[in-house]
Amino acid sequence: MIAALSYSWPSILVFAAAAVLVLVGALGVITFKNPVHSALSLIMTLFGVAVAFVAQQADFLAAVQIIVYAGAIVVLFLFVIMFLGVDRKEHVHVEPFVAQRPLAALGAVITVGGLIALMAESHWVTGVKSVSTVGTALATGQANVHQLGTAVFTTYLFAFEATAALLVIAVVGAVLLARRERVLSSEEVDE
Amino acid sequence: MNQLFAASDPLFNHGTGDWIVLLIVLVKILVGFGALMTAVIVMIWFERKAISDMQSRIGPQRWGPFGLLQTVADGLKLIGKEDLVPAEADVFVFKLAPYLVVIPAFITFALVPVGGTLHIAGHVVLLQMANPPMGILLMLAMSGISVYGVMLAGWSSGSKYPLLSSVRASAQMISYEAALGMTIVTVILVTGALTTHNIVLSQGGGIWHWNLIRLGFVPFAIFLIAITAELNRPPFDVVEAESELVGGFHTEYSSFRFAIFFLAEFMNTITMSAIMVTLFFGGPAGWVPPVAHLKWVFPIIWFLIKTSIFCFCYIWFRAALPRFRYDQLMDLGWKRLIPLSLGWMLIVAGFLISWRWGLLMFAAVLFAWIVLTRAFELGKTRESGPERVLPTVGERPIPGRVIRRLSDEER
Repeated sequence: MIAALSYSWPSILVFAAAAVLVLVGALGVITFKNPVHSALSLIMTLFGVAVAFVAQQADFLAAVQIIVYAGAIVVLFLFVIMFLGVDRKEHVHVEPFVAQRPLAALGAVITVGGLIALMAESHWVTGVKSVSTVGTALATGQANVHQLGTAVFTTYLFAFEATAALLVIAVVGAVLLARRERVLSSEEVDE
Repeated sequence: MNQLFAASDPLFNHGTGDWIVLLIVLVKILVGFGALMTAVIVMIWFERKAISDMQSRIGPQRWGPFGLLQTVADGLKLIGKEDLVPAEADVFVFKLAPYLVVIPAFITFALVPVGGTLHIAGHVVLLQMANPPMGILLMLAMSGISVYGVMLAGWSSGSKYPLLSSVRASAQMISYEAALGMTIVTVILVTGALTTHNIVLSQGGGIWHWNLIRLGFVPFAIFLIAITAELNRPPFDVVEAESELVGGFHTEYSSFRFAIFFLAEFMNTITMSAIMVTLFFGGPAGWVPPVAHLKWVFPIIWFLIKTSIFCFCYIWFRAALPRFRYDQLMDLGWKRLIPLSLGWMLIVAGFLISWRWGLLMFAAVLFAWIVLTRAFELGKTRESGPERVLPTVGERPIPGRVIRRLSDEER
């Protein structure tokens, strides 16, 4: 069900540009042989998503998208790639899982099917139906950050704190696993 | 789309279709670009002159009055040199990297309000290139992107020292971005706005309303240290420590591409000085003498004076302070600046609600500080892994074997 909304030419152009960025980037991630090039394509995808956010007036999300994903997470990817020197061609003909290809195909079919079902059920761009049952649409003319902050710290407080706790647990676990420690004797410390 | 832009910039109140609006935007961009380029030329000259004065040298003096055209001469020389691409290099990334540094540098400058407002042909024009709704967050995003330029430049060179330098750079910039973001949050809490225009407006009521004083100096100090590290300027220039890493991440670059890196570094220095003025020193705010038609000029002059003071501070740092060691740099970032900025943010947020909450937060932060200090003390007695002591050259470390610590004579 495609809603008969009229879009202006600039917004269509912006959407098309964002879509091209996202799709070309995503294709690049899976087709490039060199992991560094894949990471660069991933940044392109993230930029495309940020552009789409800006076009939807979600400026704060766009900024966070760039700061957190492009500015921190992919930098860490690159950091690991550079640090561990895995920037060589991988042996793609050896499969670590036996049934990985059929399983991947199944996953792709499920994902695409789910997306098509979602599109058929709700607004084809935003999936409005699922959002509108939870809360009201964002009021216009009010600052993004204000509304997001209110939503996160009132309606979704539990989910927010649970996510925070999850991240802390992950960090503590990573430190515990990665850190081999020994206790120095007191004279060693004094040196 | 129109209402989207109108929300933050009054120029687009009547839509974006008008050709005068388009012309104003174009002129703003061109003037801004020209001004930044000129500022870079002057800044490089100023740095060389000030450093040589501090070191009892003469400095550039041959080209133009007082050697002012030295930078232009250097630029022409660089462009005339051979453009080398190392054989081991990843050519596409190698050529891309300089632009990933210079474009964010320019975009960040676009956010800075250099003056008040003008009225041209019935339009209200803000004297800044852009005033997007996401405001100061764009600066954080752009500093995140410029990390890539430095990282990829080092990696794509296919050479060891640039790679080491870029690994250092990425770790350093990521570490200090956290403290940077936290101080910006403190500023946003007090001003209640993201856009640089509103941040400046909220500091308009005289010197006591500047964020420097309203926030109690500490966020400014953290910001200054963090931004210096983010810029890789001395004393935090471990990224291009000549004694350890040859020339740093741009060792393999020559000709125009090297010039771009050089340009971006100085653009960033100027831009970050300007951002500091915007966030903490009221931007273009200052005393305006009652002259009829030139009222709009004085804010610009105030802005230039304030920004130049910070530019001079950077040069002064470079002349006066020795370089940090890499582990000291990381300690300062993670163990001092990030906890301090986080604690100060909580205190400021508490005082914004009421003084009782403020005091409560102060007590809580004090308690957390004591706990943290104790944790650091405990951490000193626990060393992680035997890899702390490097094995002697030519000997493979054997798993499970206790590697003894080197005594001072052996070291």
